[in-house]
Amino acid sequence: MAASSSSFLPTPSLSNSKSTISFASSVSPPLRRVVFRSSTPSSSHRRVMTVRSKIREIFMPALSSTMTEGKIVSWIKTEGEKLAKGESVVVVESDKADMDVETFYDGYLAAIVVGEGETAPVGAAIGLLAETEAEIEEAKNKAASKPSSSSAVVPSPPPPATSSPAPPAIAQPSSDSPRKTVATPYAKKLAKQHKVDIGSVAGTGPFGRITASDVEAAAGIAPSVAPPPPPTAAAPTAKATTSNSPPLLPDSSVVPFTAMQSAVSKNMIESLSVPTFRVGYPVNTDALDALYEKVKPKGVTMTALLAKAVGMALAQHPVVNASCKDGKSFSYNSNINVAVAVAINGGLITPVLQDADKLDLYLLSQKWKELVGKARSKQLQPHEYNSGTFTLSNLGMFGVDRFDAILPPGQGAIMAVGASKPTVVADKDGFFSVKNTMLVNVTADHRIVYGADLAAFLQTFAKIVENPDSLTL
Amino acid sequence: MATPFSQPSLTRPNRVLGSTGSVFSTPRSLRFCGLRREALGFSPSNHLALRSDRIIVPSRRFEVSASSAAGNGAPPKSFDYDLIIIGAGVGGHGAALHAVEKGLKTAIIEGDVVGGTCVNRGCVPSKALLAVSGRMRELQNEHHMKSFGLQVSAAGYDRQGVADHANNLATKIRNNLTNSMKALGVDILTGFGSVLGPQKVKYGKDNIITAKNIIIATGSVPFVPKGIEVDGKTVITSDHALKLESVPDWIAIVGSGYIGLEFSDVYTALGSEVTFIEALDQLMPGFDPEISKLAQRVLINPRKIDYHTGVFASKITPAKDGKPVMIELIDAKTKEPKDTLEVDAALIATGRAPFTNGLGLENVNVVTQRGFIPVDERMRVIDGNGKLVPNLYCIGDANGKLMLAHAASAQGISVVEQVSGRDHVLNHLSIPAACFTHPEISMVGLTEPQAREKGEKEGFKVSVAKTSFKANTKALAENEGEGIAKMIYRPDNGEILGVHIFGLHAADLIHEASNAMALGTRIQDIKLAVHAHPTLSEVLDELFKAAKVESHATARTEDAKAKLNMDEDDLRSGDDEKQDSVIKDLIVISTSPSSFIENIYARVLSLVSRILV
Repeated sequence: MAASSSSFLPTPSLSNSKSTISFASSVSPPLRRVVFRSSTPSSSHRRVMTVRSKIREIFMPALSSTMTEGKIVSWIKTEGEKLAKGESVVVVESDKADMDVETFYDGYLAAIVVGEGETAPVGAAIGLLAETEAEIEEAKNKAASKPSSSSAVVPSPPPPATSSPAPPAIAQPSSDSPRKTVATPYAKKLAKQHKVDIGSVAGTGPFGRITASDVEAAAGIAPSVAPPPPPTAAAPTAKATTSNSPPLLPDSSVVPFTAMQSAVSKNMIESLSVPTFRVGYPVNTDALDALYEKVKPKGVTMTALLAKAVGMALAQHPVVNASCKDGKSFSYNSNINVAVAVAINGGLITPVLQDADKLDLYLLSQKWKELVGKARSKQLQPHEYNSGTFTLSNLGMFGVDRFDAILPPGQGAIMAVGASKPTVVADKDGFFSVKNTMLVNVTADHRIVYGADLAAFLQTFAKIVENPDSLTL
Repeated sequence: MATPFSQPSLTRPNRVLGSTGSVFSTPRSLRFCGLRREALGFSPSNHLALRSDRIIVPSRRFEVSASSAAGNGAPPKSFDYDLIIIGAGVGGHGAALHAVEKGLKTAIIEGDVVGGTCVNRGCVPSKALLAVSGRMRELQNEHHMKSFGLQVSAAGYDRQGVADHANNLATKIRNNLTNSMKALGVDILTGFGSVLGPQKVKYGKDNIITAKNIIIATGSVPFVPKGIEVDGKTVITSDHALKLESVPDWIAIVGSGYIGLEFSDVYTALGSEVTFIEALDQLMPGFDPEISKLAQRVLINPRKIDYHTGVFASKITPAKDGKPVMIELIDAKTKEPKDTLEVDAALIATGRAPFTNGLGLENVNVVTQRGFIPVDERMRVIDGNGKLVPNLYCIGDANGKLMLAHAASAQGISVVEQVSGRDHVLNHLSIPAACFTHPEISMVGLTEPQAREKGEKEGFKVSVAKTSFKANTKALAENEGEGIAKMIYRPDNGEILGVHIFGLHAADLIHEASNAMALGTRIQDIKLAVHAHPTLSEVLDELFKAAKVESHATARTEDAKAKLNMDEDDLRSGDDEKQDSVIKDLIVISTSPSSFIENIYARVLSLVSRILV
C-alpha cells in the first residue's frame, strides 16, 4: 500500500520543486509543493473503466506518513480552466503542512469533487482532469454520478469509511428533490467527508433529524469528543493522559509532542494490537568485522553491511518480509525495503533502503548516506521513510549488548542488533576461543511469522554474516 | 453597528486643552498650529494655512465651553431650546455633546432607554457576545493552543453568565452615556417625541416645547419581512438574540450581512449549527468580492455552517405543538417553492427598518420613502414637494444614508456645525465600517467593482494593492496569519478610493486608512509615515508601500489643494461675511510670526496636553 501512496510522488519534478515534504514541521510550515500523478486508466490494471476517454482523477496525495486525510485549502484553478503540466492546481493541508499540488498532465480541470475547506481521505478523488475541452462535460457527468472506483485505489489504512461503496454526497445542501431527510449542517459536512450517503442514515435527533453523531455512527467512527476541527491523531492519547494521570509534581513541566513525536506515539499505541514474540540469536562477526575493515575506505558503513545481510536473508524467507494487514491474510511484499531506525534530534525516523537485497553494497552505502543527510535536514520524502517492509535497529554503537524492539505497525518483523563483543566460545570440539559475537533479537508478528520461521531466518542471517563474501557480490 | 463610543473620551482632552488655553491666555488656535508644525515640519506653509481653517473648530470650542460651563447658555428669544434632538441613541448623543460644546441649549427626547439600538440592542451587547465567542473559539482550537505550547482542558461556558456579561456591558455604557449628557447640562426629556409644526415638538403626553432647530434621530428597528412570524423565543430578531435566552442546537439565520455573520460567529462558537438563508446569489453581499470569498473560506466553510443562496424565506412559523420551526424557501427569482427547512430556531437578520412612525411628519408635510426620511447632503429634511423644511434635520438610521452608529454621530456633529454657523458636509465615503467576526472584517470607501465602474465612467485608472497578514510579525506571533488587506487607489494621483481588511483586529486597523481618506492624504504622503515594529499596523504600512503611484504625482498635489479650496468656496458661496472671516483666520495663521514665544507656548501646551491626556 505504501507503494501506491508513493505513486503520487514526484520523481521527475523533484529537481525543480523548491522544497520537499518533511515529516516534522511542527512550526508554521512553509508552503511546500508536491506533484500528484493521477493514475492513467491504461496503466491501471485495477480499473478497466474509462479507457477511451482521457479523464483522469486527481487524488488526495499522501503528504506524510501519518496523513490519513487532507483538507483542500483552496483550488487555485477553477472548473473548466486549462492546466499546463507542472502548474499548481490545488493547495492541500495535511496534518503537517500546506502544499501546492501540481498537475502532472496538460488538460482541463473538469470538475472539482471535493470543494474548498472540505476534507478527503488520502487517495480519494478530489477532482477530475479532462484532456480536451470536449471531455469536460463528460467528466462533470462522471463527477456527478461518481462511481465507487475511487475506493479501489484508496491506499493504506485510512478510516474504514470507504468500506461501503456509497457515492460521495456532492449534492448541494438543498436544491434537489424535496424528499424529507433533515440533516444538520455539520451532519451533512461529515457525511460528505466520510462519503456516507445521507439518505441511508437513520436520524435519531430531535424531530428525527440526522445529527453529526448519526453520521459518525453510520461511518463507523467513534463519536468525536473533540470540537469542530478534525481531531488529530494524537488527541485521544493526550486526553487520556491528562484526565487519568495524577497531578504533576511541583516544578515539573509538560512538553507537548512535536508532530513527529505524536506520530511515534500513535504508532506505538497501535503496535499494542499486534501479538508479537521474540527470538534471539548470537552471531559471530569476526569475518564481518574483517570485511568491514576492508571496505570501510570505500565508504561502506556497518549499517549498509547489516542491511544488505538482512536483505539477502529476507529474500530466502519471504514470510518474514510479509505483513498482516487485516488479521486474515498474509501480504507478501514484492520488494525488500529495509527501514533503519535513526535517532535524530528529539525524534526517531526510519529511512528506508529500498531493494536492499538487490542493490550492491556500495550503492547501498551511498544511498544510506544520502538518506541520513536528508533525515537530518528534515527533507525525507514520505516514500523514503514509510515504505519499509522490515526494520533494522542497531544500538551496538552504544555498547548495548542486547535489547528488544517494538514491531512497527504494518510490518512483520524488526531486528534489534546489539554490540559485537569479544566473547569466549566453545566450538564443537570443545576448544575455547575468543570470538566477536553480536546478539540479534527479532520481534515478529506471530499471526504470520512463527517461531520456526524466525529461527530459520536468523540462521540464514547468521550464515551470511559469518561468511560475508556474498555481501560484496 | 460598530464602535461609536469614542465621543466622550475624545472630547474630554479637547476640553482640557481648551481650559488650559484660557489659563495661559494663548491666542486662539495657536496651540494646534504649533503642534501641527511640529508634526508636519516639511509641509509647505500655505498648505498649513489651508488646513488650519478646520483647526479653528477646537478654538471656538474653547470659547463655548467656557460659556457652557456657565449653564447651558441663555434661552435666546422665545425658544425653549436652541436644539432639540428626538432620540437619544448614538447619533443623538453625539449631536447633543457637540451642541453643548457649541454653546447651544440642548434637550434630548427619549421614549425608551438612553443609548438606542447600538447600546441596548446592537453593537454594544453583540461585542460582549463576540468577545466570549472569540475566546471560546480560541480555547476550543486544540491545534491553535498546541502551536502556542498551551494546554487547556475542555472549554465550556455558562449561558446565563455570557448573557449577563452582554447585559452588564449595555447597562454600563448606557449609564456612561446618560451621565455624560447630564454632566454637560443636556436636558433629557422622557416620552415619545413628535414634530408638531415648524420648530415645535411634543413629548410625553402633552408637553410642548419649541426650539430653533430640531434633529430627528429616531433610528431603526429590525426589519422583518412579511410572512415571518416572530415569537421572540424560536423565531427571533437581533433584539432577542442579544439577550441569549437560549442557545439552540440548530439555528437558521436569514440574511448573511454583517449582523448575520456576527451572530453566526457567536452561535457556532457556543456549539450551535447554523444554516444561512441569503436572497442574493452570494453570501456576504456588500463586501468586496475578494474579501467575502476569503471570509467565506475562513468564517463559513470550516465551521458547522451550511447555506442556501438565491432564496427567500417566504414563511417562517415558530416552533409550537411539538413541531420545530418551519421555514419555507422560495426561489428569489422565479418565486417557486424550493425547500422547507426544519430547525430549532430562526434569527431574522434581514436588515433594519427606520423607526419613523408617529413622528408627526405630516405636520410639516414630509413624506417618508419606505419609512426613511428624505434628506439632502446636509441632513436637511426634504418635504413632499421637494423643498427643504427649515430648521428640521434628520440623522442616522432614520434617513438611511449609512446605517451605522458612528455615521449617525458624525451626521449629528455635522448638523450641529451647520446650526452653529459653520457649513459642513460629511463625506460618507470616508466612514469606516466593521464586522466583528473572528477574524474581523473592515472596510472604508469603495469596493473594487465600484471603483472600477467609477474609474471607467470618470476616466481614471484604478489599481489595487494587497498585503497579507502572513507577512506580519505580530500576526504570526499571535498565530493569526490568516487575512489580507487590500487598497483600491488611483495610480495617477495617489488618491485612496477604498481599503478592505480581513484579519486580526481589522476593525481597529481601518482607521489609518479612513483618516487618510477623510483628510485627503495621498498614498505618496502616508507611505512615508512610520509605524512601530512589530505591530499589526504594519499591514497597512506595507499596503501603502506596495501601491505604485505614478512618479509625476507629487506629494500633496497642487490640484488637490485647488480642489480643497474650491470645495470650501462652494460651501461658503453666498456667505461673504463668513468667507471673509475665514480668510482673516487664514491670514492670521499663515502670517503670524512663528516667534520664539509662540513656540514656547506651543511646546508647553503640547506637554501639558500630553500629561493631561
